[in-house]
Amino acid sequence: MQTVEAPPVANAPASTSRLAEEEWTEVIQPRTRLLDLGLADVWRYRDLVLLFVRRDFVSTYKQTVLGPIWFFIQPLLTTIMFMVVFNGIAKIPIGDAPPLVFYLAGVTIWNYFAQALTSTSTVFTTNAAIFGKVYFPRLTMPLSIVLSNLVRFGIQLSLFLLVWAYYMLTTDKLHPNGYLLLTPVLVVLMGLLALGLGMIFSALTTKYRDLAMLLAFGIQLLMYATPVIYPLATISARTGWLRWALLANPLNSIVETFRYGFLGSGTFSWAYLGYSTAATLIILLIGTIVFNKVEKSFTDTV
Amino acid sequence: MSDIAIQVENLGKLYRLGEIGTGTLSHDLNRAWARLRGKEDPFAKIGETNDRTTKGDSDFVWSLKDINFEVRQGEVLGIIGRNGAGKSTLLKVLSKVTAPTTGRVKVRGRIASLLEVGTGFHPELTGRENIFLNGAILGMTKAEIRSKFDEIVDFSGVERYIDTPVKRYSSGMYVRLAFAVSAFLEPEILIVDEVLAVGDAEFQKKCLGRMKDASSNEGRTVLFVSHHLPSVKNLCEKGLLMSNGTVKAFGGITQVLEQYQSIDSSQQDGGRENIPQNTPVCFTGWSLTSGNSENVHATYSKESVIFKLNVRCSQDSDRVEFGFILRDAENNIIVGINSRDNNEDFLSIKEGEHSYLFEMNLPLKPAQYEVDIAIAVNGAIVDHWVSDTKLRVLSRYETVLDDRWSGVVNLDFKFLEKC
Repeated sequence: MQTVEAPPVANAPASTSRLAEEEWTEVIQPRTRLLDLGLADVWRYRDLVLLFVRRDFVSTYKQTVLGPIWFFIQPLLTTIMFMVVFNGIAKIPIGDAPPLVFYLAGVTIWNYFAQALTSTSTVFTTNAAIFGKVYFPRLTMPLSIVLSNLVRFGIQLSLFLLVWAYYMLTTDKLHPNGYLLLTPVLVVLMGLLALGLGMIFSALTTKYRDLAMLLAFGIQLLMYATPVIYPLATISARTGWLRWALLANPLNSIVETFRYGFLGSGTFSWAYLGYSTAATLIILLIGTIVFNKVEKSFTDTV
Repeated sequence: MSDIAIQVENLGKLYRLGEIGTGTLSHDLNRAWARLRGKEDPFAKIGETNDRTTKGDSDFVWSLKDINFEVRQGEVLGIIGRNGAGKSTLLKVLSKVTAPTTGRVKVRGRIASLLEVGTGFHPELTGRENIFLNGAILGMTKAEIRSKFDEIVDFSGVERYIDTPVKRYSSGMYVRLAFAVSAFLEPEILIVDEVLAVGDAEFQKKCLGRMKDASSNEGRTVLFVSHHLPSVKNLCEKGLLMSNGTVKAFGGITQVLEQYQSIDSSQQDGGRENIPQNTPVCFTGWSLTSGNSENVHATYSKESVIFKLNVRCSQDSDRVEFGFILRDAENNIIVGINSRDNNEDFLSIKEGEHSYLFEMNLPLKPAQYEVDIAIAVNGAIVDHWVSDTKLRVLSRYETVLDDRWSGVVNLDFKFLEKC
């Protein structure tokens, strides 16, 4: 029979503990360094990210009759609604581009951003059950959400391309140009911006749930502040503080450039796109830091 | 030093009780301000120990406090304790689900934790899809899962339904599939929390066997939390007993289980507080010699023990006899003996302090028993004493039955013939 051992002495001499430090695979402690983002860990779990994407995709349309066709119906209905309200009734000028193509372009890229942001922002609250039971790099969750939305965006983009090709063949109102090649960059920027903002909000909603309500409203408001249903020129033409406040929105140049490449109507500026890129990266960095800080203890507050 | 898999140093975890949400913004600002000035967290100070039975004054509670222990590679550590003792919190911290408030844990090797079976199972997905998803959540790569896929399906025994969405599974099938995935994880350290509470007996046995395999054949370290003490006893070499967020005992599983059984009893020494002055003979205390331990008040069931009754005699007396009774919690007399049993004669006693020693075997079910003794001179009772110290009979967890099935006596049995 063994005797009951006393707990080992906690404070080992500093020298020996420092030597042993390097042998440990991992040290769990209250706080980690600010910039310790654990990206290597995320890479190790890359299969998980892809499986999450697959799960989202498969589970959304199981037991629906139309299946992935719903991906088309939703932006089409929104576009038609916008055409009726903003073009038909409010008569907001959109230049000489065909309204269907103009609105569909805006709606397609905006939906991608809005959906990704909305679902990322509640990542902690909706996954609390999973997160509370098992550890995997939490960043995989928002990443997979943005990727799922990217797939969805890809499908919706093909719808847009169909409509766009139809108008290219039947009218001469579209003037596509070389900036079209920037589209992948724009898509990535949009995704990263949604990811960054989403992570900031997800971190805050763990404690202050009011933000989730506020965000749903805020995204809607943001759409009207972004040139989705009107060209960027409408903002630029204004004067006073409102002009600058609206121009500060990093989404502007992304949406505008996307449309400019395909439609040839609107404006393009490298400087403005550069500003958006810088803003996106800063927001992404802040988002990742905040997210990593919260993931350690959110199970106690959710 | 190098064979230590987990080293826990001064681990502590502070929780806030009650409503979280109102008033936190001001608390947060207060905290941030304190931290900014390099002061201590103003709310952490008023924390107290974790005892769910008494209502504390503060909103903060140390769910874990000053936890220190280490686990060697290949060891199976059983973590036991009552509800709310902090076992699950400890596992949560170890599996990185939540961060500790103080202290740290050093880990050598990959940890996989099973705090729940089937974490991340999606009801709409098929068994096959869920194996991959769950495996990935637990830290396996796609290639690893693919290479073990057949074994997993085989272990679970749900091959026929593998392409059916798991929402159509019975709960038993669901659990089998879920445990099967985790059984084929290959981490260096496996953390398991009460997952065996589900599934049928055969499957539970399979799971236990699989865990035993993992440690003895594959050299993995296993941390196992359970309220089912027989399986803890069966599976673990070492034990960690937690109580109110602190470590009560750490060491060999037998000792820890012994401690666990005595956690409720107040530490009394069998002495008598109000010793009567006006009797010729009276008791002053009792104790046991059980195995190698002397002066104890607990013994294992079926063990032969020596009772020691201490008496004080103020005048020489003849024709002395004493009676000895053990009562259970329902006041039933379980044991009743007299010193004159077995043809013994009356006793004589001289003035002074003496002890009566007698040996007996206690094949009783594990519980606490009241010691009720009386002494008589010339047929008249001169002292009667019910000790405040209870005799504790401990379990070795040899039976597979629950407490509710254990009888009053605990007899030896052995097979004479197995057909």
